[in-house]
Amino acid sequence: MAARRRSLLMLPPLLLLLSHFLSLAAAFQSDELLLHDDDEFEGTRASSTPSLRPPSTPPVVSSRRRSADATQAAGASESNTVQFTLEHDLGAGLGFGPAGSFSARLKSSAHGSQTLTKLRFTRNELTEDEKNAFKKLLEEDSFYTIRLPSNVLDPTRNDYIYSSIKARCIPRDSLDEHIVIHMDGVNILAVNYGSVGGCQYPRPMEVPSKWTFNSYTILKTADQAPRTPSFVEQLIETESGLGEVMKPPEKSFWAKYWMYIIPLGLIVMNAVTAAANIPEEQAGGQGQAPAQRAPIAAPRRR
Amino acid sequence: MAPPPRRLLLVLLGFLAAASLATLAAAVYEDQVGLADWHQKYIGKVKQAVYHTQKSGRRRVVVLTEENVIASLDLRSGDIFWRHVIEKNNPIDQLSLSAGKYVVTLSSGGSILRAWNLPDGQMIWETNIHTSTSSKSLLHVLSNSKVVKDNLVLVLAGQWIYAVSSIDGVISWGKEFTLDGLEIKQVVQSPDNDIVYVVGIAGSSKLAVYQLNAKTGEIVKDAQESLPDGLCGEILLGSSNVLVALDETRSALFIVDFKGESISYNKVQISEFVQDFSGTVKLLPLMSNGIIALQSSSTVSLLKLKGMDGLEVIHSFDQPASVSDALTITEKDEAFAVVQHVGSQIEFIVKVTSDLTNEIIREKVDIDQHRGSVQKVFLNNYVRTDKSHGFRALVVMEDHSILLIQQGAVVWSREDGLASIVDVMTSELPVEKDGVSVADVEHNLFEWLKGHVLKLKGTLMLASVDELAAIQALRVRSSEKNKMTRDHNGFRKLLIVLTKAGKVIALHTGDGRIIWSNLLPSLRASKSGEMPSALRIYQWQVPHHRVIRENPTILVVGRSGASSVAPGVLCILDSYSGEELNSQSFDHSVAQIIPLTLKDSSEQRLHLIVDSNSNAHLYPRSPDALNSFINEMSNQYFYSVDIQKNAIRGYSLQKSCDFNSDDTYCFSTKLLWSIIFPSDAERISVSEARKMNEVVHTQAKIIADQDVMYKYLSKNLIFVATVSPKAAGEIGSAAPEEASLMAYLIDAVSGRILHRVTHHGAQGPVHAVVSENWVVYHYFNLRAHRFEIAVIEIYDQSRADNKDVLKLILGKHNLSAPMTSYSRPEVMVKSQSYFFTHSVKAMAVTQTAKGITSKQLLIGTTGDQVLALDKRFLDPRRSLNPTQQEKEEGIIPLTDSLPIIPQSYVTHSLQVEALRGIVSIPAKLESTTLVFTYGVDLFYTRLAPSRTYDSLTDEFSYALLLITIVALVAALFVTWIWSEKKELRDKWRHIAPQ
Repeated sequence: MAARRRSLLMLPPLLLLLSHFLSLAAAFQSDELLLHDDDEFEGTRASSTPSLRPPSTPPVVSSRRRSADATQAAGASESNTVQFTLEHDLGAGLGFGPAGSFSARLKSSAHGSQTLTKLRFTRNELTEDEKNAFKKLLEEDSFYTIRLPSNVLDPTRNDYIYSSIKARCIPRDSLDEHIVIHMDGVNILAVNYGSVGGCQYPRPMEVPSKWTFNSYTILKTADQAPRTPSFVEQLIETESGLGEVMKPPEKSFWAKYWMYIIPLGLIVMNAVTAAANIPEEQAGGQGQAPAQRAPIAAPRRR
Repeated sequence: MAPPPRRLLLVLLGFLAAASLATLAAAVYEDQVGLADWHQKYIGKVKQAVYHTQKSGRRRVVVLTEENVIASLDLRSGDIFWRHVIEKNNPIDQLSLSAGKYVVTLSSGGSILRAWNLPDGQMIWETNIHTSTSSKSLLHVLSNSKVVKDNLVLVLAGQWIYAVSSIDGVISWGKEFTLDGLEIKQVVQSPDNDIVYVVGIAGSSKLAVYQLNAKTGEIVKDAQESLPDGLCGEILLGSSNVLVALDETRSALFIVDFKGESISYNKVQISEFVQDFSGTVKLLPLMSNGIIALQSSSTVSLLKLKGMDGLEVIHSFDQPASVSDALTITEKDEAFAVVQHVGSQIEFIVKVTSDLTNEIIREKVDIDQHRGSVQKVFLNNYVRTDKSHGFRALVVMEDHSILLIQQGAVVWSREDGLASIVDVMTSELPVEKDGVSVADVEHNLFEWLKGHVLKLKGTLMLASVDELAAIQALRVRSSEKNKMTRDHNGFRKLLIVLTKAGKVIALHTGDGRIIWSNLLPSLRASKSGEMPSALRIYQWQVPHHRVIRENPTILVVGRSGASSVAPGVLCILDSYSGEELNSQSFDHSVAQIIPLTLKDSSEQRLHLIVDSNSNAHLYPRSPDALNSFINEMSNQYFYSVDIQKNAIRGYSLQKSCDFNSDDTYCFSTKLLWSIIFPSDAERISVSEARKMNEVVHTQAKIIADQDVMYKYLSKNLIFVATVSPKAAGEIGSAAPEEASLMAYLIDAVSGRILHRVTHHGAQGPVHAVVSENWVVYHYFNLRAHRFEIAVIEIYDQSRADNKDVLKLILGKHNLSAPMTSYSRPEVMVKSQSYFFTHSVKAMAVTQTAKGITSKQLLIGTTGDQVLALDKRFLDPRRSLNPTQQEKEEGIIPLTDSLPIIPQSYVTHSLQVEALRGIVSIPAKLESTTLVFTYGVDLFYTRLAPSRTYDSLTDEFSYALLLITIVALVAALFVTWIWSEKKELRDKWRHIAPQ
């Protein structure tokens, strides 16, 4: 009985521990999510099977996604996918080459403005040449530069948005990258390319163990500025209700008149003691005089 | 960055509490005006001057300047009687006097005609005239017309001609000529009847002459003639019936008779009568009586018409020389003046047109060498005491100064180049030397004696006027604030300004007097007529340590032409004497100048100059400088704002140039990042960065609940504001729905957008100021129909964990970790906007030596005044009902608009006309900053944003302090004596009974 009770007593902590472990696991899974403050992102790791996506051809979104998109597109009135490529420069005079591709859903609002949602990014596998070039970048501590077209719908405009980072900031176990794309409608305003965590200084030389990119992408649009507070209505209100001036809270009797009561009390007490002293003095007036003198006289004799 | 010690935070807290107790406005009393501040009025480079007529009895001249100022000057002293500074968007083209009592001005391409009262400058009337736009306009006042009662003013613009009464501004008639592409060039008034001849050019070669009735505007007669080879547009009246026109190639003249039945002409090659004629030729608007003036690149020639046949050269002057307009002195005779340079002097020659061989006046005048060459001359005559004709002239010099020349001397001069300041910097004054040489003492003794004799004379009322002036000057020189040495508080400095004319002028902060000036030779106009432009001025060498004995030097960078690809020039000046030590012209252009924090072994500051091909060049070009730069090169980044392409780009530097690999001082750049704003949605309005020399005292801010917020302090923070293209125009040109303003905070190294916010319904003009971790910007809110000032404060969240004392003690904090822009910053942004009453011309923030003193925003208002607004009013954390703790911190309850307290005008009752810039310079005393404001006027003052808490005020009574101390000491003695006496008496008393 006792043993059973004990086991029963053991159960809640165990459960707690279990649940804790579960929640920990859950927290671990959502860790990546918590990294970002924007919800419209999706990071996909580059596939480790290079045969699927040869780097020369632009990557294609998987059919499952596409069908899902298609059904959604059929459901929604106006939405279709757009694709644009990310290009990178690995230095050594190679110039820019394709590095991956973004695909996103174009959403048209009632006002005629278009925005991108559901951004997905697929990285191309690095070729041997590219790996070597990247190693060289790491050795030289030079810049890894990427670029994106400035207009998503019209990539022929030849305007590119550039962003760079010191190559040594990227490698962890694998290559971790963090891309923030600032959008204005369908225009890319700026892209901030960086490492996932911090980049310590001085930068140590570190070669990644896995040559795959871990990509996190975020789409950002402008925030609305808070409106200037306007107190005009309040002012009018107070002006109209001019008669009802807020009265200060009523003070207690003591709080109001203490300055009169205390002196009065003192005077009264003084008078009382004085009145009490008069008969006393009359009674033993003679006996007190030498007694008073005595303590003063004592030190003098010393 | 070092961790902020706890003690400092406490000090800051205490300081904040103290500051919150102080009153917000610190104003000057009426009798303090002018003690620490000074104000100087200027007008700018004179482009036209008209004198009052003889009869009016007033010796004044009315001038029109390139700064769009009309002013009336006293001819005796050069003082301004009255002055109007007109907005730049309403440029005044011409000025004339009418009926002896009105000044008539024509502005905005001939569309606005205004009349001003001559004695006091009040506007009498204004008339709007409908003209075809973008044409050169002409103003012609019909002189002494006997027939027409109203004095008519003719306005000519493009194909239009108007006659306006100068009494009340009523248009009496207007006429549009039907000839296509006609541009009116000249009006000639017939002396005997009411006929006005209007000469115009249609197309490039057709000359048209109309005869109009001045009373009604009817065309009496018209004639047209095509001239071969075309005309360049310059036409002059040779004599009463002959026109002289320059042809298209500027190598031949047409002599045209236009008063006959039909137009007849004769073509003359200039080379036939002018020797060694070269370069382009200009006709100078000059005189009649058959005399014309011709200006080529090397000479100014006076030519006389020989009927219709040709011209002959009577006189030619070497450049630089200037010829004045003709001045009628008698019925038939006209006088004109020529000013030319002879050695270090200028020669002033007056001739009459009837007899050119004779010279009325030939005077040599000594002038200051730093004024450059003569640009314009305006001649005036007066009646001498012996009833003969006397002449004086207003001479406009190359440095935009004006001189009045009379009787072979400069009567007065005005340094009006100071109306067009391009850049400002300060320099310390020399240190007061302890050891003085014997010669100095002797010299000083003599001076000292002389000074005392003078003062004695002054007190005994024996001094003459000159001596009184000398005494005054002595007093001014010896007064504490005007000394030429460094002071303990750092109030005395040299303000070194660069003007548009390429002149560098040093002003003393004590009273604003000019210590030295230098018109830089490399920034002067060349013979080929190219106008160099002055760009910026920088510290070049601030002596320290090893080179302490040398004078500090300054660097002036300019371009040798007006275009942005013109090669640059560089000058190095001594900042105590203004002497040019070195000058150099580049073989590359100047697009951007980046002063670096590095110094070479001789303490010269390193500067990078980026050219238009994005190559960076290092200066000074010494191996030493190169060495110290190469070490730091990998950490050097810069950015450029391309307003035309609507983009911001960031670069790093790479070794060796693309085109010239031998030049080791040249570096190519690599594009690191770019931000391209979509041109259909946004347009860059303003970009601001933090001042390089700004000092920040605390990294953290303690908020009410004993919490700490870390400021995001990055030197690379830039603020960019863009507006929607429709809202780029004037206020009211866009509807609130179309207008929007985007504010960006960008890291200049990585190109990272730290914060991006949209203000809907807002539009420019945007003015911004960036300081510490905050940005304040001013714009117009179309929805609320009011101006607004918004504030963004940016805090570093990655350091927010450093609040734990235990962690700080154990060293587990990241406060001393190096900052790198490549880490993703975690920032928190707080923002708020407030309504503001005024529109703004310029904005700045006070700078103090250590950055402890609270900041004030200096706002140049439309009224051309400077308002000091406490930064605490622009705190994003203001709330409606701040808690007790927040109140203690100094947070003001939230209001929707920013208060404008009249006492907080820094400029008190003065105005800095056409205000363009405000500069705040830290003094050595932490509480005080020096503020210099410039526009057409200059204003300088001292400002203590949190009162002078670190020094006693001028009103402090030292006498009272002394008396108190003396009284206390005396009381101490008296009481001591008393107590001694008493003790003695007591002792005696004790002894006595025994």
